Amino acid sequence: MFLRAKHLSSIDAGHYKNTASHATEVMPVPDVVKISMSQNIGAPCKPLVAKGDTVKVGQKIGDTDAFLHVPVHSSVSGTVTGIETMTNAMGGQDTFVVIETDKLQTMDENIKAPVVTDHKSFVAAIKESGLVGMGGATFPAWLKYDPKNLEDIKYIIVNGAECEPYLTSDHRTMLEDAQNVLDGAQALVKYLGAEKAYIAIESNKQDAIDGFNRMIAEQKLSNIETFPLQARYPKGAERVLIYEVTGQTCDAGVLPASLGVIVANVSSTAFIGQYLKDGVPLIQRRVTVDGDAVANPKNVMAPFGTMIADLIAFCGGYKAEPRKILLGGPMMGRAVYTDAQPTTKANNGILAFTAAKAVLPEETACISCGRCHDACPFGLLPVKYADAYERKDVQMLRELKVMQCMECGSCSFVCPAHRPLVFMNKLGKAMVKEADKKEAAKNG
Amino acid sequence: MADNRFKTGLLVTNSPHVSTTLDTRKTMLYVLIALIPAAAASTIFFGFGALIRILLGMVFGVAFEYCYNKIMKKPDTTRDLSCCVTGAILAMNVPANFPVWMLAIGVGVAIIIVKCLYGGIGRNIANPALVGRAVLLLSWTSYMTTWPLTRFQIASGVYDGVTGATPLGDIANKTLGQAHYTLTDMFLGNTGGALGETCALAILIGGLFLIWKKIISPIIPCTFIGTVFVISVIYYAFNPVGVPGYNAFTMGIFNVLAGGVMFGAFFCATDYVTSPIMKRGKLIFGIGCGALTMMIRILGAYPEGVSFAILLMNVVTPLIDRYSERSFYGIAAAEKAAKKAAKEAASNGKEAAK
Repeated sequence: MFLRAKHLSSIDAGHYKNTASHATEVMPVPDVVKISMSQNIGAPCKPLVAKGDTVKVGQKIGDTDAFLHVPVHSSVSGTVTGIETMTNAMGGQDTFVVIETDKLQTMDENIKAPVVTDHKSFVAAIKESGLVGMGGATFPAWLKYDPKNLEDIKYIIVNGAECEPYLTSDHRTMLEDAQNVLDGAQALVKYLGAEKAYIAIESNKQDAIDGFNRMIAEQKLSNIETFPLQARYPKGAERVLIYEVTGQTCDAGVLPASLGVIVANVSSTAFIGQYLKDGVPLIQRRVTVDGDAVANPKNVMAPFGTMIADLIAFCGGYKAEPRKILLGGPMMGRAVYTDAQPTTKANNGILAFTAAKAVLPEETACISCGRCHDACPFGLLPVKYADAYERKDVQMLRELKVMQCMECGSCSFVCPAHRPLVFMNKLGKAMVKEADKKEAAKNG
Repeated sequence: MADNRFKTGLLVTNSPHVSTTLDTRKTMLYVLIALIPAAAASTIFFGFGALIRILLGMVFGVAFEYCYNKIMKKPDTTRDLSCCVTGAILAMNVPANFPVWMLAIGVGVAIIIVKCLYGGIGRNIANPALVGRAVLLLSWTSYMTTWPLTRFQIASGVYDGVTGATPLGDIANKTLGQAHYTLTDMFLGNTGGALGETCALAILIGGLFLIWKKIISPIIPCTFIGTVFVISVIYYAFNPVGVPGYNAFTMGIFNVLAGGVMFGAFFCATDYVTSPIMKRGKLIFGIGCGALTMMIRILGAYPEGVSFAILLMNVVTPLIDRYSERSFYGIAAAEKAAKKAAKEAASNGKEAAK
């Protein structure tokens, strides 16, 4: 009876969009970049270059034969000084191509606008561009745009919600790159045979909404519309967004395409618009650098592989001792153990916080207030997952649909006992997955 | 491997990296603030004895919990203020002239037996304050059911002595016809009763404050009070009291204002730990509380049934929660599909059997 609510539950996590009014600054090319060969969900790439090779901007430096993959391109021109295996931000081991830059940013001469005539050539072009979902999931974009049920695709949703506090890189993209967003959305509508594209934007970015509305009217675009969202967290989560725009529920593990919807991040869309014009692959993006430990928070256009330390140095360095550095926003971002980590295609923000903001209150006993349940966009029961996880009760976890959790962090945020609920959900999900695997092994 | 450039090193924790400023202590503080109007009203009507009992209830609550934790070598939990809330609520559930040492025993039962022995805050299966009240009621029934008159009632000169019947007592004894109070008196709190329960207006102010501050959900108070009203209107439509001025409708209001319905609905039934988590569960819980209250009032031996009704519903709360675990996103659709598939399979089976 509560399922047909107009909006899914959401929380007020604060906005802190301190950098929204700062125009993006282009960062000078750093001395060294380290480009990860593993920048997408799926198979990592194998380096196509060796130590001593010279590379140019946009040159493909990593690729693989595996199905689920996206090639990696050089974001700079210079000399490869090594292929290193390093610990990545997630704690795993990745291969990185280390390039000493020559600061000339010489373009690869093979780069030219792709010839796109139909869906097939569009998908092929996107695959070559190195595009991944830039909202942070890093799902290979070409695969997303090549659904099995292409004829069912009705709507393209361009995700400009940017509901994470602090981050403004998507917002700046919508202001500074609006024409590319519109062109990209047009291309998606055209080549995927959709009826309409909705640019979904949270209402706290009224300037972006107004800008798009004006351009859509001026250019008489009948197949694009803006869609204002509530300025609450997590309206930009894919499954939440689909519900808000189309009213359809999208279960975990269900592809949006099966509901006739393709969701594309606004930065991805802007990239498509740009790429179809000049053919320069995905080599840079806007990154919001903010947090109370950063001297001059701003949005920076930085080539992939730039070190976090270099980015922060460009923003005036640390004005106070950082205690926590995040890749991404504070709700779902990942804390890193060092600032000697390069950026990847997924990094929409780098936040550095002092101890005052980094150290969260200590956990106390659960008082069963139910705020976690009220906050959950899907009405799940984090409080019960925590119990079931502690009891190692896989059956209960399954019954209570723990796999539906998208780890948005709303439950942990609102918990007055400050329990790490999301963390326990993740552990619970891992436990269910393991049990599934064991059962599958037993039965098969 | 760790980066040594930063003195303290970098913290690596799981997301989210921000959190609400609301904590258990603040939540309890809001409840205490919300009790201020009712406490003020009881001081106005029953004198400073009432205020002293409320404050002492809080002191006893803190003392018992502190000592228990000290003796059991557990970390001190009195800082979360929940023991203050328990003590205050229990104190507001007794008559204004209740012996203080008995109150101490009641708070002791509530804090030590109901709360601490079950594992502290969040682990108790029933509302500590209400169990404390039930124990007091059964142990010292006459002390718990002798109600001092308010100072305005005494000043009016129409009463003999300093104690009198509560409105619910008048209903039970069929002495409503001789009563000197009106519904307005009951709304303002100028009647006999437990010291914190009589002033509906003050309780309403506190309750609305809690709803406004999103500390409690309005579902339980609304359904609780609504159910009491509806049941008494229906009951008294068929069984008129036969007192001028009291028809079915006014008896509905009478039953809502009398006794502990208002206080129970806003401050006792909404206790997080012992009420359901989900909206659907809260709905059932509130209706259950209201229905049981009216059953006890109409059919039971006691004139008042709010605390027993809430306690009974506390006990079935886990059951209600278990039942309401079905309103998730996506689940209704999945269940529907499963049902449809099962139906089709069944009909296919039937056809195959034919």
